Amino acid sequence: MQFKRNERFRDEYHYANSDAAIRRFPFPFADDAYRYSVNLEPHVRGAPGSVYQALFDIDEHYLGELQDRAITLQRDPLRCQVLPHLRIAQWDLLELLMESLSTDYPDWFGLDRDGDLWHWRNRLLGVDDRFVFGDESSLPLPPFEYITRQVQGDFCLCDQRDEQLYLDGGMLTSPADWSLDFDLGMNFFEWHAPVPMAHESRVFERALKYLMRLQQGAPVRRLNWTTTVNPRLDTAPETYADWVPERQHLNRQNAGERLFLRVELQTLFRLPRSGAILFSIRTYLISLAELARVPGWARRLRRVLLSLPPEIVAYKGLARNRDIAAHWLARFEDDAERLRGVAAGGDPGL
Amino acid sequence: MSASPSLNLHLEEVESLSGSIRRLRFVNAAAALLPAAAPGAHLTLRLPGARRMLQRSYSLIGPPGQRQWYDIAVKNDVRSRGGSAFLHAARPGLQLQASWPRSDFAPVATARKHLLIAGGVGLTPFLSYLQRFRATGQDYELHHCVRQSDVAAFGRWLDCDERVHLHCATPRASLELDGLLARQPLGTHLYVCGPDDLMADAVNAALGAGWPLRSIHSESFGAAAGDAFTVRLARSGEELRVAEHQSLLDCLEDSGRTPSSLCRGGVCGVCVTEVLDGEPEHRDHYLSEAERASGRRIMICVSRARSQRLVLDL
Repeated sequence: MQFKRNERFRDEYHYANSDAAIRRFPFPFADDAYRYSVNLEPHVRGAPGSVYQALFDIDEHYLGELQDRAITLQRDPLRCQVLPHLRIAQWDLLELLMESLSTDYPDWFGLDRDGDLWHWRNRLLGVDDRFVFGDESSLPLPPFEYITRQVQGDFCLCDQRDEQLYLDGGMLTSPADWSLDFDLGMNFFEWHAPVPMAHESRVFERALKYLMRLQQGAPVRRLNWTTTVNPRLDTAPETYADWVPERQHLNRQNAGERLFLRVELQTLFRLPRSGAILFSIRTYLISLAELARVPGWARRLRRVLLSLPPEIVAYKGLARNRDIAAHWLARFEDDAERLRGVAAGGDPGL
Repeated sequence: MSASPSLNLHLEEVESLSGSIRRLRFVNAAAALLPAAAPGAHLTLRLPGARRMLQRSYSLIGPPGQRQWYDIAVKNDVRSRGGSAFLHAARPGLQLQASWPRSDFAPVATARKHLLIAGGVGLTPFLSYLQRFRATGQDYELHHCVRQSDVAAFGRWLDCDERVHLHCATPRASLELDGLLARQPLGTHLYVCGPDDLMADAVNAALGAGWPLRSIHSESFGAAAGDAFTVRLARSGEELRVAEHQSLLDCLEDSGRTPSSLCRGGVCGVCVTEVLDGEPEHRDHYLSEAERASGRRIMICVSRARSQRLVLDL
């Protein structure tokens, strides 16, 4: 894999997926219609090359995404907050990420341990630090911020008490329109309150009960999705003024290049020492033009978009652009020919 | 819920803590670090019984979070169903399989104070609590109802700590629950582990003193398992035995079938199956009250049978 250089997730935007990245993109639709469900399943390792190969996926956008995180944090330090009772959970997360990355990607990450004396190397970012596990003063940053500045994806820490999960910490620089500073300390139902339609079908009630029994060593995952105009990671309420107006720039001509399907690979882990839950949100962006290169995806996405009830169209920020996207995608409606070719063993065009 | 991976453990040392209580230390047979565990976590060991494998859970009593070894304390119970007798005869070098540690009884991170009440070996989950509280400087108070002959067993965890109170008289004359619970500061959480009567008395005293339910915690083991039962698959006429610690779904999969399933935790609804005869014991969070009452559908990943036999449309 070749790491991309000079990617920009804001201002003049510079972002593209390689053929390999398109091929492994976690396309979330198994059906032509979309509805909410408790689509949680065990987070077991997937095929080599897939986004499920490692516990935490590192891909070609690593450098650009972490540089974008650093820019966001410099402008708004409140994107990273952890309440004091989650002190041990911070170390739990640092251990989980360092162990996983050094095992799954030994060429890029290294970890040596001599009791509580740890030596961490991140060759991609040029980090080489020795510290005492459990001793905050031995690291240049608090453990949660230290490690999440080195790993793609957003990370939330949820404390379990009173038969509830509380969002009591997070590193959130690529949220799909929600605010850590606003939601910090909320319980599971409160922070999901804006989601339309799902409460009536008791989706969150069931998901909460499931997650409260989540066991160490048996993480789970789900995919979630929305769309974003331009390849922008920081779609937070704090920066509405920067990105909401960009929705107005979309038209039938540029939709292929400028509208992105935004898929979140969400994974949940029970953390061992603290008993807290890690909720990680790994975001993947793909333009309509890129995804249309995989036979069947454009057709499927168009049908999903057209099947959405108005409440979900509004919630996903698609009120203005759903029909523009569907129009752009319509040209792939009759790629049945290509689909048959792929089924017969033909080249998928990548 | 998907099953946690299992561990191969090597019994490294044993120590007699008292006439009837023994400490056993296990290390990873793979010579690697063990998974860390939360205070109050337990380990489920697979032990050979007279006729079949037994699964027995024991609290981890070492410093929470360390990964070099797991310590457990086992009382040689004369009424033992096989687990404690086996472990009291075990010698170093023994290899055992175990689940990853499970934590269903962790202390509440936001509590202002932790009030612990233990009876007998019900003390064991609190031994790791104490080590955590001392390390982090959290406020606590422990009351242990214990036979005089067992007092010395846990001395190294409890001695020289004025926040630990022993109650050796029988019946528990010196533990005055009402007064104890009434004088706790606001924000205190109560944890009870021990014989059923002690747990009931402590919980009732707390409720009587006006404690909120969410501040009262009592430990119970083995909620995931149940009695063994027979399942008959109507389409093939075949009968399978679902063991005590096995789910219906696991049993079907072990027999080579692949029923639809997703979450394995009773929430997603994918494994719903028609019941043709027998009475399900519903443990899912998916079926509506009316569906439960009808007894016609079951989530095979978590639910079991109240009757000896269930007949499924499979």
